Amino acid sequence: MAKITGAEMMIKGLIAEGVTHVFGYPGGTIIPLLDHIYKGKDIKFHLTRHEQGAVHAADGYARVTGDVGVCMATSGPGATNLVTGIATANMDSIPMVAITGQVKCTLIGNDAFQEADMVGITRSITKHNYLVKDIKELPKTIKEAFHIARTGRPGPVLIDFPVDVQVQMAEFKYPKTVDIKGYKPTYKGHLGQIKRISKAIAKSKKPLLYVGGGVILSEASKELTKFARKTDIPVTTTMMGLGAFPEDDRLSLGMLGMHGTAYANHSVQAADLIIAVGARFDDRVTGRIDDFAPNASIVHIDIDPSSVSKNVEVDIPVIGDAKEILKELNKIAKKGKFDEWHKTIAVWKKELPLKYKDDARLRPQYVVEQIYELTKKEGAIIVTEVGQNQMWAAQHFTYTKPRTWVSSGGLGTMGYGFPAAIGAQVGKPDAIVFDIAGDGSIQMNIQELATAVLEQIPVKIVILNNGYLGMVRQWQELFYDRRYAFTTLAKKDCTACPDFVKLAESYGAKGMRITEKSEVKKALKTAIKTKGPVVMDFIVEREENVFPMVPAGKSISEMLHGLA
Amino acid sequence: MNYEHKTMNRNKEFNMEKFVISVLVENKFGVLARVAGLFSARGYNINSLAVGETEAPEVSRMTIVVDADERIFEQVKKQLNKLIDTIRVQDLTGGEYVDRELIFIKVKAEKIGIREKIVKIVDSTGAEIVDIGKKSFTVEESGDEHRIKALIELLRPYGILEIVRTGKIAIQCDN
Ligand SMILES: Cc1ncc(C[n+]2csc(CCOP(=O)(O)OP(=O)(O)O)c2C)c(N)n1
Ligand SMILES: [Mg+2]
Repeated sequence: MAKITGAEMMIKGLIAEGVTHVFGYPGGTIIPLLDHIYKGKDIKFHLTRHEQGAVHAADGYARVTGDVGVCMATSGPGATNLVTGIATANMDSIPMVAITGQVKCTLIGNDAFQEADMVGITRSITKHNYLVKDIKELPKTIKEAFHIARTGRPGPVLIDFPVDVQVQMAEFKYPKTVDIKGYKPTYKGHLGQIKRISKAIAKSKKPLLYVGGGVILSEASKELTKFARKTDIPVTTTMMGLGAFPEDDRLSLGMLGMHGTAYANHSVQAADLIIAVGARFDDRVTGRIDDFAPNASIVHIDIDPSSVSKNVEVDIPVIGDAKEILKELNKIAKKGKFDEWHKTIAVWKKELPLKYKDDARLRPQYVVEQIYELTKKEGAIIVTEVGQNQMWAAQHFTYTKPRTWVSSGGLGTMGYGFPAAIGAQVGKPDAIVFDIAGDGSIQMNIQELATAVLEQIPVKIVILNNGYLGMVRQWQELFYDRRYAFTTLAKKDCTACPDFVKLAESYGAKGMRITEKSEVKKALKTAIKTKGPVVMDFIVEREENVFPMVPAGKSISEMLHGLA
Repeated sequence: MNYEHKTMNRNKEFNMEKFVISVLVENKFGVLARVAGLFSARGYNINSLAVGETEAPEVSRMTIVVDADERIFEQVKKQLNKLIDTIRVQDLTGGEYVDRELIFIKVKAEKIGIREKIVKIVDSTGAEIVDIGKKSFTVEESGDEHRIKALIELLRPYGILEIVRTGKIAIQCDN
C-alpha cells in the first residue's frame, strides 16, 4: 500500500465522513493540511476573518443541515480563538469537529512559539478531544471523532493535530466501523417505561408536552407532532426547541420559561403531568426550581442519562433517542379527552396573549413580525444574536419547521449570530437567511462582512438598533433603579456609533437605515430581493422591554407582564 | 390565575455521605485529568483517588472515594459514565467489598521513654516501624479505614510530623 501524509489522511477522512465545507483560518502549524484542501476539489474552504467566525459558521452549518460542522485553525491564538464557539456548540449539543494545528510533537510542553494546550483547555467544553501524536492513530481518531460528534447526545470534538504528524507518511486504511468500549449510546427506549408513560397519560387530566432541542437533533419533529395530535396534548417548547412543533397548530403554546408566553408558563404550573422530550430543565426554563410544575408528575425522555433527575426529580425516566421512543409511543397512544384543560388554556391564551404596543413608533417586535409575514410562504431561517433581539425573534416569529431557528441558547454567546448565519446560508444556499441582531452583538463579529461579501453569501442582517446593550439595560431598569452602568452604546446625542450603513458600504455590502415604521416592509422586501448580503439598521424604540419576564431566581408563577 | 397550588417537594434534603466507586478507564494519557477535571468543574469533592493498571494492561482502575449527598453522587456516576474513556463505573457503596489503604505516619520520638511507648503501640496494633530516625519514627500500616484511624489517634498525642497515604483501594466480594 502506498504511503500518504497525515494531512492527506485527514482530508481523505473528512471526505469519507461526507464533509464538503470547512470554515477556517490559516497559520503556521496548519499549512500542510490547508495545502491539501487547496490542491483537492472535494472540500470547499471558507476563509473567515476571525477564528471565532469560523467556529460559529461551522455551528450554524451543522444546525441547519444536521451534518457535522467542521472548522480549522492554527495552533496557539488561532486555536484559543475557537474556544467560545466550541463552548457554544457544546452547550447546545451541536455536532462539530474542530481541527487545530499544534506545534511539533518534540516541542509540545516546551512553551514553544504558538503553543497552547488545547486538549487541556477544551476538556470541559467538548464531548471528547484528541491529541494525535502517532500517525498510526490518525485514521481511527478521525473516524471516532465524527462518530462521537454525531451520535448519542451530539457535541463538539476537537482534534489537535501537530504539524509534524501532518507531514509524516504512513499507510492509510480508513476504518469502516467504530468500537469504543466506553461509548455505546442507548437509542431504543425501555418498553416497560414507555407503557408507563401511556398509563400516566390515561390518568392525567392536564398533561403538557415540554419539548426541547433534543427533538430537533434527533429529527423527531414529525413523530412528536403526530404524538401530540393523536393524544391531544398541548405543546410548549424551549427556545432550543422552536420549530420542533408547528407554532401555528392549535395545540401550540409557544415558548416557555423566562421570556415564554404567559399561557405556556401557567400551563406548566397547572399541569398534572409534564412530558419532557429532549429538554434538560435549564434554569431559564424552570425558574425557581422548587416551585416548578408544583402539581405535576414528570416524564423525561432523553438520550443523556446525566440530564435525568439532574435539576428536577423525575418520576418516569426513559433513556433513548426521542425519535425511536416517540415512534413506540405512537403505536400505543390513544386519543385523549382533555377538553376542560384546553378550555382553561384557551382562556389564558385570550386573556394573556403575547403583545406589544403596536402604535406609530418603530418597535423591534413589529420588525420581527414583518419578517415572518413576508417570508411565511417560502419560509426563512432565522439566526439570532443574543439579548433582547434574540427574545423578540423567538417570540414574534412563528416557527413551523425544525432547523429554521438558529440561536445560542445554553451559552448565550453575543457575536454568534452573524457568522452562524453565514454557515447556515452555506448549508442551505437557497434559503432566505436572516440574522436578527442587536447593535451590541453584531459588533462582536462584524468583520465577517468581508467573508459574506467576497463569497457573496446573501445573509440579511437586521440590526434592532436601540443604542443599548438592551437586555442588560432592561435588568438595570427593572432591578437596579435604572442605573445604566456601561450599557449605553450610542453617542451622547443618541446617534448610533458606528454608522452601520457606511460600515456595510465600506465592505461592499448593501446598507439601509430604517427609522420609520412605515418603511419597514419596503426595506425588508428590498433586502430579500437583493442578491448579496444586506445590513439593515433599524433605529428602534430605545427602551423597549421584553415581556413577559420571569425575574431570575423567581418562580415561573411570578411573571412580569409589562403591557399584557 | 385559577389553578391550585399544592407544592410538590422538588428538592429533597439529602445527607452528606462517603461513597466508594471503582471506575475502569482506558489506560491512556490524559484520562486522569478528565476524571479529576470532571470533579473540579462541577464542584464535587474527591476524598481520595487511587489509580493503577489492571489485569488488562490497556485498562486502569480508579478507586474513588467521594464526599457527597445521594443526589450529587448519582450525578457523579452519570458524569463519569459519560466520559468516553470510561469503560465501567461500579458503585461499591451499597454492597459488600473489601478495602485497604496504606499509610506512613512520621511521629515525633525523641525521649527514650516515649520511643519505647511508641514501639509498644506499634507492636500491639500490628503496624510496623519502617524508619528509625534520631528524632522520629516512621510507622507503616495498611488496613481499612477504622484500623488506620485508630492508629492515627493512638499516635497523635506524641506529635505527628507527617502523614502520607495512598487513598483507598477496594474490590467487590464474590458471593
Ligand atoms: C459574549 C457576551 N458578552 C456579554 C454578554 C452579556 N449580555 C447578554 S445580552 C447583552 C446585551 C446585548 O446587546 P445587543 O446586542 O445590543 O442586544 P439587545 O439586547 O440590545 O437587543 C449582553 C451584554 C453575552 N451574552 N455574551
Ligand atoms: Mg442593543
